[in-house]
Amino acid sequence: MIIYLLCFVLFLVGIYGVLTKRNLVKIILSLGIMGYAANLFIVLVGYRNESQYPIIAEGAKNAPMVDPLPQALVLTSIVIELGTTALLVVLALRLFEKYSTFDITKIRRLSG
Amino acid sequence: MILPYFIIIPLLTTFLVSLIAGKKDNWAIILSFISITSLLILSLFAFITMKNETVTYELSAWRIPYGIIIVMDALTSFTLVMVSIISFTSLIFSIQYIRHLSMSWRYYALFMLLVTGMNGVIITGDLFNLFVFMEIALFSAFALVAYGSKAEEYEAAFKYSVMGSVSSTIILIGIAVVYSSTSTLTMAKIAEVIPRLNQGLVFWIGGLFIAGFGLKAAIMPFHTWLPDAHSSAPAPISSMLSGVLIKALGIYVLIRLFFNVLGAPQLFTKIFLVLGTISIIIGVLLAIGQWDLKRLLAYHSISQIGYILLGMGIATPLGILGAVFHLFNHAIFKSLLFYNAGSVELAIGTRDLKKMGNLTKVLPVTSQTSMIASLSISGIPPFNGFFSKLIIIIAAMQAGLPVYAVLAIIGSLLTLASFMKVQRYGFRGENLIEQAANKIGWRMNTAMIILAALCLLTSLMIVPGIKEITLDPVVKVITEHSQYMQLVLGR
Repeated sequence: MIIYLLCFVLFLVGIYGVLTKRNLVKIILSLGIMGYAANLFIVLVGYRNESQYPIIAEGAKNAPMVDPLPQALVLTSIVIELGTTALLVVLALRLFEKYSTFDITKIRRLSG
Repeated sequence: MILPYFIIIPLLTTFLVSLIAGKKDNWAIILSFISITSLLILSLFAFITMKNETVTYELSAWRIPYGIIIVMDALTSFTLVMVSIISFTSLIFSIQYIRHLSMSWRYYALFMLLVTGMNGVIITGDLFNLFVFMEIALFSAFALVAYGSKAEEYEAAFKYSVMGSVSSTIILIGIAVVYSSTSTLTMAKIAEVIPRLNQGLVFWIGGLFIAGFGLKAAIMPFHTWLPDAHSSAPAPISSMLSGVLIKALGIYVLIRLFFNVLGAPQLFTKIFLVLGTISIIIGVLLAIGQWDLKRLLAYHSISQIGYILLGMGIATPLGILGAVFHLFNHAIFKSLLFYNAGSVELAIGTRDLKKMGNLTKVLPVTSQTSMIASLSISGIPPFNGFFSKLIIIIAAMQAGLPVYAVLAIIGSLLTLASFMKVQRYGFRGENLIEQAANKIGWRMNTAMIILAALCLLTSLMIVPGIKEITLDPVVKVITEHSQYMQLVLGR
């Protein structure tokens, strides 16, 4: 149970960063933290206590196995997050070229 | 088996465009035109031939509990037709418009990737597969919003991508909760297990999905990214985003998940009802004060999405009929309005309504079609917008929700007021404009004329006889919740 709570705390750290930070780079990092929390949660969903890796091999213990599907899902979602982060970093760089600042309060050409 | 081709054709075109196209965009245009035309023909064929059937296809022949399936029923093919029509006209419109920004093939590669993502989301029967296709569509949408390389466009794209990533994370957590409670990701299997679950868990799942997909659909509390992103993008992309992307990723998925998978719990249809009405009123109130034409149109998207949600929230067959009909109609007239805004911007170089004037002489086709679209969106008979709004309002009255019906009528009147403002200042203003900086070519005019004709033609879909073969199968899929699960699993 405690590990789920810690995972939730990690998610809250990420969302706190997205909501309060003013620096574009810090916002991107906070989005990354949120993504890690989600990925960690998916892996935790597949975890079983006192179980072993899901490969049937000679000499393996006769014990319950962890669920391998969430691990495959997490691999996919990590790759997607890599793409999103790369795109966000490029956009932040271009914004820096145009406005010469990373401060989000000064990047306000669009009206509410 | 035509099902996988809805994903294969646009994805293959993306690769071919980036491989074959040289420095010029000629080959890219030809390739993407062929592929979009074949998608349009395929989707129309599928919609006409498979009326009440449900067809499934197992990818790599892996059976349902193990593999990914793609599913096509009436709702799927209906949405596919909508996406194909808008992307077809949008591509025709882009050919001239995008050459003013750049001569690169990259636009067409991203455009085809956007179509791939939307088709994938619509056709898939697997929850995680839906997430992956959604991300494909979003990536290309982020990149296309920033395509014009101006400071405002980067700003809008950054805002959009931050909001999009947050909502994708929420959706991912929702998928994890679904998997942990049902041990499957196939939507039909989930629908089978859901009735046996603890109701509290279903509310958690529904809440996460409303927050995630509601942000994609720009429902009222989650709408802040939409006016920026949709008004900064190039005009054909604005029409793709406003016309179909928010529906394919937002509304379609909400319908599929809440009606076919979760079985339309009372609590969530009530939430749709309230959020939809708030969106109608606040969206139109925000729109009426805008002087930037594209920004005004973007706020109207929020308001019109509210009508669709209101129809879904009423949840009677008549309400669903209105919602589905309005889904299609809104795609057509909102795309047309964005084309009009794009051609005005190209011709006289401004989007500010105060700086526009009487355009009837310089842009005859644009001003005529904008009149049709404005009448259509404000609900004047005999255009399509009138019928769908009327059905939604009648459904609200029949379901015993007169307050919501009155609010919907007020929203419609305010829409009429704001489009009278557009016509009064923008297209039929006082000072006659004699010359334009750029000429509007025949391709852009063709795109606008096709959609203007469809504004009238789609109102025929409500005529008895045509209604039975177009709208009724779609309504049947949505209202008979558990039918989806039984047909897909073959029981």
